[in-house]
Amino acid sequence: MKQTVTLDRVTKFMGLGFLMTIKSLFTGDLDKEGFRNFLRKVVVPIASIFLFIGLWHMGAKSLYNIEADYKIEKALTEQGQEAADVMKACIASGDISCQPNTLPSPAQVWESYRSLLRDHQIIKADKDAFAEKTATLNAKRIAEGKDPITYTGRPSFVDQILTSLKTVFAGFLLALVIAVPIGVIIGLSKTLRSSVNWLIQIFKPVSPVVWLLLVFMIVKTLTKDSNSDSAFIISFISVGLCSMWATLVNTAMGVASVDKDYINVAKVLKLGPVQKVFKVILPSSLPLIFTGLRITLSVAWMVLIAIELLAQSPGLGSFVWEEFQNGAVDSNSKIIVAMFVIGGIGFLLDRIMLTIQNAISFNKTSGI
Amino acid sequence: MAYLELNNVYKTYGQGDYATEVLSNINLTIEEGEFVAIVGFTGSGKTTLVNLINGLLQPTRGEVLFKGLPVLGTSHERGVIFQNYSLLPWLTVGQNIFMAVKEVFPKKTKKELQELVAEYVDMVNLTPAINKRPKELSGGMRQRVAVARALAMKPEMIIMDEPLGALDALTRGNLQDEILNIWGKEKRTALLITNDVDEGIYMADRIIPLRPGPKATLGPEFKINIERPRDKTELNDNANFKETRNAIIEYLMDIGNERKSVEQEVYELPDLTPKSFVGRF
Repeated sequence: MKQTVTLDRVTKFMGLGFLMTIKSLFTGDLDKEGFRNFLRKVVVPIASIFLFIGLWHMGAKSLYNIEADYKIEKALTEQGQEAADVMKACIASGDISCQPNTLPSPAQVWESYRSLLRDHQIIKADKDAFAEKTATLNAKRIAEGKDPITYTGRPSFVDQILTSLKTVFAGFLLALVIAVPIGVIIGLSKTLRSSVNWLIQIFKPVSPVVWLLLVFMIVKTLTKDSNSDSAFIISFISVGLCSMWATLVNTAMGVASVDKDYINVAKVLKLGPVQKVFKVILPSSLPLIFTGLRITLSVAWMVLIAIELLAQSPGLGSFVWEEFQNGAVDSNSKIIVAMFVIGGIGFLLDRIMLTIQNAISFNKTSGI
Repeated sequence: MAYLELNNVYKTYGQGDYATEVLSNINLTIEEGEFVAIVGFTGSGKTTLVNLINGLLQPTRGEVLFKGLPVLGTSHERGVIFQNYSLLPWLTVGQNIFMAVKEVFPKKTKKELQELVAEYVDMVNLTPAINKRPKELSGGMRQRVAVARALAMKPEMIIMDEPLGALDALTRGNLQDEILNIWGKEKRTALLITNDVDEGIYMADRIIPLRPGPKATLGPEFKINIERPRDKTELNDNANFKETRNAIIEYLMDIGNERKSVEQEVYELPDLTPKSFVGRF
């Protein structure tokens, strides 16, 4: 009984069923029902995207006008008619020095996106050149037992995304390694459950910022003598600690609420305690554990930005913060670009988790 | 010494004021190789009785003896077919049975175990579905897997808790024959719990009605003196069958009526006349 792997199955599996509707549009086998599906799943979402961009554009424009009017008004009251005229002309000319600082329009954001990519290309070329230049020297240094010279220039936007992903995965793994075993143990024992319940209930709602400070206090002392990257360590541990609660609670609940029939089967078969956990309890609580892991990953990605921002760890969070501090003309639109990138990656991570969940667990759930 | 013995068994759930006595003063003896059926209404405590015998529950008072020794826990000697299949949904048919036999015969090699699994899967005619998961099977097929799993463990005694309750008449008949076939071949002791009198008469040597709970207790036994192998169609014309059947049903009906008359309470209604709103608006 081997099921063939078709594009249809794969896309449904990943919660991307709408791709199939697009495909059937091109192959031509689209009946009335299929057409309605096409309208609902493809046309309407695309229309809503355009509507969103349109509303955004108009909103940005009116905010721009309010800000511009205010600037002119201010020049008029403080410096007189002449200054106001100068200001008006300056704003109309698009000169950088007097642009109103407000919500950027979609076009500006798109432009910033492209400039960030260009910037990445430049930095990458610079990096490659640096690597080439130091290749022989580094080889010599390594041979001599010294640390190689590394590139210490400014990271590009893409580098920062990668750093953020690295941090979030490290944090997620930490959460997984801590929360799943503890959740299983807590779930198995009613006594343990009631004895640590207060701890979970108290620490679960604690803000990421407080976790960061707590981790900072501990890691700072522990890494006093080493020259390791403590900002990275602090941020990934904080991310892990913030996000592990959903997995912990869900795992404990899943393990504690295993169907009594399965437990009876384990008893009748006289499975040993280890076998009982691995062959009956864990598989049957896997769907809930994975729901917890999905929440954990999305929480991890969400708090990551705030934590990076505070921990001065390189990544998207510090990118956003630096841009905000910068106050350059395109800073605002760069922040919006980062926002979309963060959202997009969050969505992608969730889909990946859903795919793994569907592949592993026996309860097939489709994406929401 | 009887094979299985229940002496003055009581089972109470809950404590203090909330205690419900489900089973009360149960006495039962089953000899080796016998096929006994216990017939009762739903909710009369049949599953509790089964769980006491297979060791999932302990009696509040009294003792359950298996081959002269008290039952303190589950044992591979007593195989159970559960009412609701109880298959593990993440394992295939073959894996479900394999997991069971691996526990019972830890010394056998993997190949031997797989042969054993294949043999029993074939016995319940599920070879084409051996790699399917329980979700992909019909109710009857799932129950057959449960039967195969219980039998593959080669228990000395088979305990069946309404194994065919959820099945349609046709599948039910087929499975009855399959179970009887296996029981006849390997001559094991069997205890069948059912709510179907005909099924009991067709399959068992003795039928014992369970009076409905709370405080359920066993009624007088009825011996079935019909030659094996029994034929379903002929059975309907068998005078002995009719007689036994009528006797059991009459007995169960009497209990039912008794219960109804006990439960009939008279509620006194307050003497009220509805207020009249005529002419008020």
